[in-house]
Amino acid sequence: MSGFDLKGLTASFGGERVIGPLSLNVHEGERVALVGRSGAGKSTLISLIHQQVEGIASLVPQNLGLVNALPVFHNVYMGRLDTNATWYNTLTLIRPFAKDTREVKALLTELAMPEKVWIPAASLSGGQRQRVAIARALYRRSGLLLADEPVSALDGPSAHLVMKLLKDRFATSVIALHDVELALAYCTRIVGIQDGHIALDEPSEKLTPADITPLY
Amino acid sequence: MFSSPTVRTSLIFTAIAVVGLLFADIAITSANPWKDLGRFFLGVVTPDFFSTEGLATALLRTVAFAFVGVALGSVCGFLLALVYRAYPVRIFCAFIRAIHELFWALIFLQFFGFHPLTGVLAIAIPYAGIFAKVYAEILEEADPEPGRLLPPGTGVISAFLYARIPDCWVQMRTYTAYRLECGLRSSAILGFVGLPTLGFYLESAFSQGHYSEAGAMLILFYVLIATLPLWVKPRLLPVYIIGAPFFLGEGMPIVWGNVARFFTQDIVPGPLKGDEGWSGMGSWLGDLFVTQALPGIWNTVILTQIALVATGIIALLAFPLISTHFGGPVRRTSGHVFLVILRSTPEYILAYILLQLWGPSMLPAVVALALHNGGIIGHLIGRQSSTIILRPDASTGLNRYTYELVPRVYRSFLAFLFYRWEIIMRETAILGILGIYTLGFYVDNAIQNIQFDKAMILILITASLNIGVDILGRFIRRKLALQTMPTC
Repeated sequence: MSGFDLKGLTASFGGERVIGPLSLNVHEGERVALVGRSGAGKSTLISLIHQQVEGIASLVPQNLGLVNALPVFHNVYMGRLDTNATWYNTLTLIRPFAKDTREVKALLTELAMPEKVWIPAASLSGGQRQRVAIARALYRRSGLLLADEPVSALDGPSAHLVMKLLKDRFATSVIALHDVELALAYCTRIVGIQDGHIALDEPSEKLTPADITPLY
Repeated sequence: MFSSPTVRTSLIFTAIAVVGLLFADIAITSANPWKDLGRFFLGVVTPDFFSTEGLATALLRTVAFAFVGVALGSVCGFLLALVYRAYPVRIFCAFIRAIHELFWALIFLQFFGFHPLTGVLAIAIPYAGIFAKVYAEILEEADPEPGRLLPPGTGVISAFLYARIPDCWVQMRTYTAYRLECGLRSSAILGFVGLPTLGFYLESAFSQGHYSEAGAMLILFYVLIATLPLWVKPRLLPVYIIGAPFFLGEGMPIVWGNVARFFTQDIVPGPLKGDEGWSGMGSWLGDLFVTQALPGIWNTVILTQIALVATGIIALLAFPLISTHFGGPVRRTSGHVFLVILRSTPEYILAYILLQLWGPSMLPAVVALALHNGGIIGHLIGRQSSTIILRPDASTGLNRYTYELVPRVYRSFLAFLFYRWEIIMRETAILGILGIYTLGFYVDNAIQNIQFDKAMILILITASLNIGVDILGRFIRRKLALQTMPTC
């Protein structure tokens, strides 16, 4: 149950329509890449979808939303605050339980940063912060991923590592990407956004980078 | 230059102060003011630390009252901050913080007597109001994004602990530590109304002319405040907070009959107690207003306006003392020491000392307020000016001061000054207890004459005046687009 069918999506800023009205139907198992020029409305569309699906999705927003004063562990752990009791969460804040630490550490190992588990988020580099936000989304274990430029601060190999992880762990995903190669390599469907409307919607295997370039 | 709104505002306020000077009672009335001042300074440089065993007790009690009062105030303030959105809570907090610690102490003294609770509540209540406001502002400024990203179904408490508190924690801790310093000053002056803290011993040393003893107390108080970061460590804090209540002293037991009488009889306005009833209230209030409240308000406002401008002048003169753009390390270190002394000495103690030396008039109050507040603002502005990077060939000396620095710091200088306007007025009112004819004088008088009904009304008037100035100060700061962090 990780797909969604949304109709008549609109958003306005200061009285000016920036999105839609548009409709987007995403089936379970689809991996959608949102592509388009910056300012086309990708981020707005991601947060609109997030609101509409009422929190069933894991979200990686562009500004990441990390709690800077907390260590990496707690930032990741926050992805599952709803599954534990308040007393358990409070104790974890003071002293984490071993099984949670193991799980978070395993996740960070996959993201190639296990040594950072007790470092406050504030003292991480941009790429590390991005991976913490991704770890939080992974830790949450929901079926649907909504991500806004999740690998923008990562170098080539790390970007591929993360995109592969996201592909394996989420049944369904909608990812805003400015990197056309990554979009074609890891997503099954490309949705091009132009001036708040869908200008392109095709399966990836039917497209080449040249088909997408006009959107930029 | 005169078209700049900040300059115009400054000129208007200066003009008001100059006109105020015409009406103010400024004089040195004692026979030998300079000789007394000389003897006092001689006392400070020849401190006598062993004259009385009361000295250690006084410091211990001062610290204990500060810790218990500030701790209680910060816990209550935090709880209030959680519901600060509610309008009645805001009004309530504005009201309790508009009443000075000494007024709270005077009120509680009437029914709790010299019980430690009087001193603790006198600090905790106004501080709770201030903590509530500042904590609420800090919490409001926190990034809301982490909270939005939490999975649905996260408990309210978990969400608050993870997504809200951590990023506010450092700021809240810094502010609370800063308030502890203010709490030490508040605690010290509570002695002037008879609680067993520093002020009590200072007053008795002064009245007997034991200047070396008074000097020792002041020096120890400065050391206590200056070394605060050394002995207040996060790990030791629980020890202090748990231990402090045991060092408040015994005091006197509470007579609960007094408490009941205070609320059911003492503070009920006179006419309502007698046969006149509500019909007599009009003339009773009118009389109180014309003979006490109005002169009190008049003097309080005049003194506040003069002290405000004098504070500004002192601050502008003092900030180069610690600015890295002037002088060498030796000059700057002595500047630091000087400014720490100015801001660590409560204006009440300064005013008390000057009043003893110069005799009663508004002058000691103006000088005390200007020195203390000017020291605080000068310190903040000086620190800020040190962060300014000047071009390598910038002018030096007076030209550097007037062309490079003052224009750059003037806006934040005004912001701090208008922020402290309300604080200066609160202090001005309270200095009346020392015999200057501000509102505190009439409050104290009413209490001496066991007219608690009148005292309560006068305190309410004082509180409203403070709230009014606070609103006006905020309006001016908004109008001039000035921003600042809270100071105390």
